[in-house]
Amino acid sequence: MELFTNQILAGIATGAIYACMALAVVMIYQAIDHLNFAQGEMAMFSTFISWQLMQWGVPYWGAFIITLALSFAGGIAIERLLFKPLAKAPILTNVAGFIALFAIINSVAGLIWDFTIKQYPTPFGSYPFLGSQLISTHQAGMIGVTVLLLLALYFFFQFTRIGLAMRAAASVPESARLVGVNTSWMIALGWGMAAAIGSIAGMLIAPVVFLEPNMMGGVLIYGFAAAVLGGLTSPLGAVVGGFLVGIFENLAGTYIPGVGNELKLPIALALIITVLVVKPAGLFGRPIVKRV
Amino acid sequence: MTAMLNVKDLRAYYGQVQALHGLDFGLNEGSMTTLLGANGAGKTTTLRAICNMVRSTGAIEFEGAPLAGRSTENIVRLGIAHVPQGRGTFTTMTVEENLQLGAITRKDKAGVVSDIERMYDHFPVLKQRHTQQAGTLSGGEQQMLAVARALMLRPRLMLLDEPSFGLAPLIVRDLFKILGKINRENKVTILVVEQNAQLALELADKAYVIETGRIVMSGTATEIANNEDVRKSYLGY
Repeated sequence: MELFTNQILAGIATGAIYACMALAVVMIYQAIDHLNFAQGEMAMFSTFISWQLMQWGVPYWGAFIITLALSFAGGIAIERLLFKPLAKAPILTNVAGFIALFAIINSVAGLIWDFTIKQYPTPFGSYPFLGSQLISTHQAGMIGVTVLLLLALYFFFQFTRIGLAMRAAASVPESARLVGVNTSWMIALGWGMAAAIGSIAGMLIAPVVFLEPNMMGGVLIYGFAAAVLGGLTSPLGAVVGGFLVGIFENLAGTYIPGVGNELKLPIALALIITVLVVKPAGLFGRPIVKRV
Repeated sequence: MTAMLNVKDLRAYYGQVQALHGLDFGLNEGSMTTLLGANGAGKTTTLRAICNMVRSTGAIEFEGAPLAGRSTENIVRLGIAHVPQGRGTFTTMTVEENLQLGAITRKDKAGVVSDIERMYDHFPVLKQRHTQQAGTLSGGEQQMLAVARALMLRPRLMLLDEPSFGLAPLIVRDLFKILGKINRENKVTILVVEQNAQLALELADKAYVIETGRIVMSGTATEIANNEDVRKSYLGY
């Protein structure tokens, strides 16, 4: 029984990271209707920036805030330079753009910081959380940050003018322009926010998987699985999906014979395919009510 | 009297196809003008060209300022509200959020709140449904919402594209009554594109008839309504 509880809690903790990645994926999907394959690499690059800042003597939370700001600006820059010109291009052109971005960021990170594995600090420490052996303080911290992030996003989208404008631009772009919303900048803003959210995921998972240019490869696949499971149109779904995927991954690794650590990733892929076949809108993807 | 909106030699294109072949017209401040014509004559294109939603050449001036080179959202910010064909409802958002979006460019919070209440007075059905997803409203209700959303901008000029489309005759009467009221009481200049020529001519001061991308007739609404060709082609008697 203790093993079971332990696996669930560990699943929730890693699920928090998948939830952040899924949130970032959903933000961009809402804005431009494409999956950003380079989301993980963007997060990895942000994490390296925060590491570099700490190497230069900036304290953890200072580096965290600076990295958030830089990632936000970087996300906007990527949209303006690369994806704004591709806005009306066919889907395959966009996919090629994402793959190019993936390869470029990965190589540049390797060039600057090389491919050796680096230790990455955690601000929460790695002690038993509240004296319990089941979950560490870092894992509890990951969960806490994700929940705070979700609440902040919820308030932003529900109760601020700019959040309302972003939702409008994502749902009916033409009508949004006709009420005076600058939809093009709303898309850029979505990219900035996605990059910042991704950087949080990177900085939280780095102490667990260690810092290196390929650290986000697996994480992004789980993030996609979470986004698809929760529904690509729902930020709440992305978070719930993230936690579910984390739990599912851990339980499958422990209890299904032969899965172990090696076959965890294929399980995420199988989950993506199953959801797409059985319930393409995902758990929380809003079925749009329409009268004709 | 100088016109509020002045259109000179307006030509519009969809790809290689030319949809408008040089329109000239003007709207006087405070007037209600209707644009009549058969399907495909270029009525919708004319409205879309004013808001720079279709590639066009020619000069359009709004209160003396040229609109050329301005983006759709910047034209809207000058005080031109456009109710598009098909109503453009934000279907996944609530009725109240749709109204808030209409005023998204405004900074006066208190004014927006009181304007939403004013819209609920104009259109009581919207108040009953203010928390409902706008996509669940009936066609007539969505049209009311579209007009209300446009008014939330506090526009100086309102462009309406077939507001009667798909609505029951009684609802159309109501809607036009409200449009007349808005035109008179709020001093909003209105340009309305309509298939329902009879009703449009009853309310409008001025009318233009457009055929295959050209204006073929213009005059006061009464003149146009009494013209024999118009009666035969558009009024059916």
